[in-house]
Amino acid sequence: MKPPPFRYVRAGSLEDALSALASEGDDARLLAGGQSLIAMMNLRLVRPSALVDVNGVSELDFIRSENGTLAVGAMTRLSAAEGSQAIASACPLMSEAIGHIAHRPIRNRGTVGGNLSHADPSSELPAVALAVDAQMVVQKNGAVRRVAADDFFVGALTTSMAPDEALTAIELPRAPDGQGWSFMEVSPRKGDYALVGVAVTLSVDDGRCNACRVVYTGNGDRTRRIPEAEGAVVGEAASAATFAAAGDAAGRHIEPNSDLHASEQYRRDIAAALTRRALAQAAARCAQEG
Amino acid sequence: MNKEQVTVTVNGRQYERSVEPRRLLSDFIREDVGLTGTHVGCEHGICGTCTVLMNGQTVRSCLTFAVQAHGAEITTVESLGTPTSMHPLQEAFWEHHGLQCGFCTPAMLLTAKELLDANPSPTREEIQEAISSNLCRCTGYQTIVEAVETAAARIRGEGQ
Repeated sequence: MKPPPFRYVRAGSLEDALSALASEGDDARLLAGGQSLIAMMNLRLVRPSALVDVNGVSELDFIRSENGTLAVGAMTRLSAAEGSQAIASACPLMSEAIGHIAHRPIRNRGTVGGNLSHADPSSELPAVALAVDAQMVVQKNGAVRRVAADDFFVGALTTSMAPDEALTAIELPRAPDGQGWSFMEVSPRKGDYALVGVAVTLSVDDGRCNACRVVYTGNGDRTRRIPEAEGAVVGEAASAATFAAAGDAAGRHIEPNSDLHASEQYRRDIAAALTRRALAQAAARCAQEG
Repeated sequence: MNKEQVTVTVNGRQYERSVEPRRLLSDFIREDVGLTGTHVGCEHGICGTCTVLMNGQTVRSCLTFAVQAHGAEITTVESLGTPTSMHPLQEAFWEHHGLQCGFCTPAMLLTAKELLDANPSPTREEIQEAISSNLCRCTGYQTIVEAVETAAARIRGEGQ
């Protein structure tokens, strides 16, 4: 249960980190909070040749408003993001989701960028990124590009970033006035990996749902939206019957795995129930806002 | 393998050591500093037994490299109290049978300390939420929750 050896590079700046990432080769990794990476190294599931430690790169630790979006730096600790008033106001879905990530000591070290880059299909933040249509800011030496969340997450523990690229921030569009939201999940024990989780955003106008996203964790190898569930909501009355129909669609179209924690069918049932409840909660929050 | 020079303050005392980059903070505290109050359980972040405070916040010392603690202040259970002068948390754990085998206790105490430092009057639910990060296979947790409630009251200057 001890990690394998690696070369250690302490980066003093983002430029340092990106240069080291480029020069250390494809088996080098960034070390952010390390809450998944070090666990996987202790279990000898991964053996990076070098770790570029970005914990001293303070320029990646920020939360700031920029042209209608809220930019959250990759090295923002999850516990700092959890307590951020700016995030609670611009993206309440994210604040709610972070409370479901593991436990306090893990959130004290774990980072927003590390969580997203790890791309765990049962993790909460990728679902938030998809539900609010966030932009991922990806950098390498001398180049910046923005990637839509839907193009960022490719598969289990896999993103569309190249080995010499790093996620430096996530840009969250400000939640529209009156938008409702909800994040719910079911896990065997508090803080465990969820069997299934759902992130919802919903806008209701005059009793009709006019915009909706529902995103699932625990959906096989990748967090994704289920268009059939969204289609059951948009244009329909904001009612228990609508939300039940969306739940049924989610249960049919989600693609969960079976494992020793839960069968595929049980996960489908959870997806249906959570969808119903989360849409109802989001609708109630729309009403409160309006 | 190259070694890195690290300077870490543990319980107010500075330690300079030369360590492999892969040295876990948990092993650094136990082997290099020689403080064995910090226990090591699962070594992949699940059990919470190795929890220490790093700059006042709980962290899993098995999911932190010693090189990442360079310049940091670490607080371990050894700093809390002594057998003749216990911390209110230790006293309350003792009275309420908040431990049997004692394996999870150092981390439970530090987790409770972080909670009470931020929130001197936690509800039972808040206590349960905080200690949910740590596994205890003896007590069933109820006596730990009671101990934290009692300690909180004493630290606030109420109760016996």
